[in-house]
Amino acid sequence: MNRTWTSRLVIFLTLAFLIGPFFVIIAAALSGGNSLAFPPQGFSLRWFIAVFEVKSFRASFGLSMFLAVFGTLAALLLGVPAAYAVTRYRIPFGEAVRMAVAAPIIVPGIIVGLALLRYLVVPIGMTVTVALFLAHTALVLPYAVRVVAASLENLRPDIEEAAVLLGCTRFGAFRRTVLPNIRGGILAAFILGFVTSFNQVPVSLFLSGPGVRTLPIDMLAYIEMTYDPSVAALSALLAFLSIGIVFAAERFLGLSRYV
Amino acid sequence: MSDGYVSLEALTLAYGRSVAVDRLDLSIRRGELLALLGPSGCGKTTTMRAVAGLLEPRSGRIRIDGADVTRTPPNRRNVGLVFQSYALFPHLSVFENAAFGLRLRRDSKSGVESRTRAILATVGLENLAGRNPSELSGGQQQRLALARSLVMEPKLLLLDEPLSNLDARLRLEMRTELQRVQIETGVTMVFVTHDQSEALALADRIVVMRDGAVVQTGTPEEIYNRPRTAFVADFVGFDNIFSCREGMLVSDSGSVDRTGNVPDSGALAWRPADVVVGSGSLRGRVVASSFAGQHREYVLESPLGRIKAQVPAGEPAHPIGGEVAFALPPGKAHPLPDDGG
Repeated sequence: MNRTWTSRLVIFLTLAFLIGPFFVIIAAALSGGNSLAFPPQGFSLRWFIAVFEVKSFRASFGLSMFLAVFGTLAALLLGVPAAYAVTRYRIPFGEAVRMAVAAPIIVPGIIVGLALLRYLVVPIGMTVTVALFLAHTALVLPYAVRVVAASLENLRPDIEEAAVLLGCTRFGAFRRTVLPNIRGGILAAFILGFVTSFNQVPVSLFLSGPGVRTLPIDMLAYIEMTYDPSVAALSALLAFLSIGIVFAAERFLGLSRYV
Repeated sequence: MSDGYVSLEALTLAYGRSVAVDRLDLSIRRGELLALLGPSGCGKTTTMRAVAGLLEPRSGRIRIDGADVTRTPPNRRNVGLVFQSYALFPHLSVFENAAFGLRLRRDSKSGVESRTRAILATVGLENLAGRNPSELSGGQQQRLALARSLVMEPKLLLLDEPLSNLDARLRLEMRTELQRVQIETGVTMVFVTHDQSEALALADRIVVMRDGAVVQTGTPEEIYNRPRTAFVADFVGFDNIFSCREGMLVSDSGSVDRTGNVPDSGALAWRPADVVVGSGSLRGRVVASSFAGQHREYVLESPLGRIKAQVPAGEPAHPIGGEVAFALPPGKAHPLPDDGG
């Protein structure tokens, strides 16, 4: 075998390893049988319908959507100014701020979840929903800062001064010259944050309480009780949703420029 | 010093603890094209930023057209600045870039429209109004930056190294353009440069700066022909500068007795073209020789250190490594009264 064939084989095996499970899930979801199995028994679309009838999935889907949308918005509210500060000013301990902002990605989610449970939920009696909201905001923040900082670095800082000399206030200059040019970066950060939050398991695992579960946690709980292909159908639907969002972002915004 | 249209009075500018400009006095006349000339780090850009209001002075005063603007925020000074990088707004078209300031001022729609068209015509961009700045050439981008400032009819227009990002042909074009616009609009212009040829060619008056202070002010002719210090002389092409002490011509490398021909103090300077090669009382070794069309340039190693000379190409050539006689003719010496260094 020559080198091209070797490298092609490596690429094929890597992709098979990454994407393979996805096909297994889809196949299992299309099963006609009553239990989660591969290879599937028969063919049916009934699990794709059945999954919409599971009541707890509706509630947990709602919670996950809420966390993904508002957690990410909150992260952007904090992250855009933070990104602006670290790229435009030589702030004291700037490097430390960058590190601290990245910490939620580096520290394993299990530890973050346990820490939040141990020091927020239990001692001060914070409600689980608020704790989840804070946790998801913190987890998405690093992406928001990084992606927005990347698009700020592509922008000349002196355009703000130019705008001020033409009559803008400092904030007006930011709004009129910076914001329109980083809009793509902010949207990319939103999508990335949304997907990250929506798929988050380890932290949410610790912070789920009675009746308050995110969708992935609810799915875990569901298969512990009911081992039918509806979870596979739900997974397939979510995977398509994620692919659709990321594809649209790449197509219209060039997401890969920012990450 | 408060008689000028723009005047800086004892202006001190600093970044943190390092003082960039120390008690600068400068007066600018209405309608003139003034150059702030100096090497990088001399405080010229800092001074310009302070005049624009982007840097708050530590002390001193800035007056424009009679009004004290020292504490006026930059957005209310009506001072235009053409950035070295042009700083165009990438998300706006050529037209919207030029109209930016007028729209902020909430001028009437038709007023914005007609004034923007007029200014784009002045800088020759009327046919490119719908383009994006990224689709313009460097020269066109600069003209847009100029138009964007000019449309506001600023009291003062500042330009940061206006020709440095352009190639040689565009420089000449832009130089003519700037002079034309200045005559047409009558705007007072101050530009900052480290390039003496740019300053000499463009300015009505040149202010030479060094280490945060003004060393000499004058017309291009005065600066070029009558530099008062070794620093300015060196800047305008007097490559051979020696201090004078008790009848001796002194350099870092050594000294030569020239009793009767040199003053007791100060310094003397010669341009390369004023050095005579092939005859004279001094001797040096040719260490470099290059042919430049109409003339030949030499570097000679002598008791006074390195001497730069330029002789007409018709004269016989001297080989590198050979000894040659040369002279620093007293009649061609330019005296520098202000310092001996």
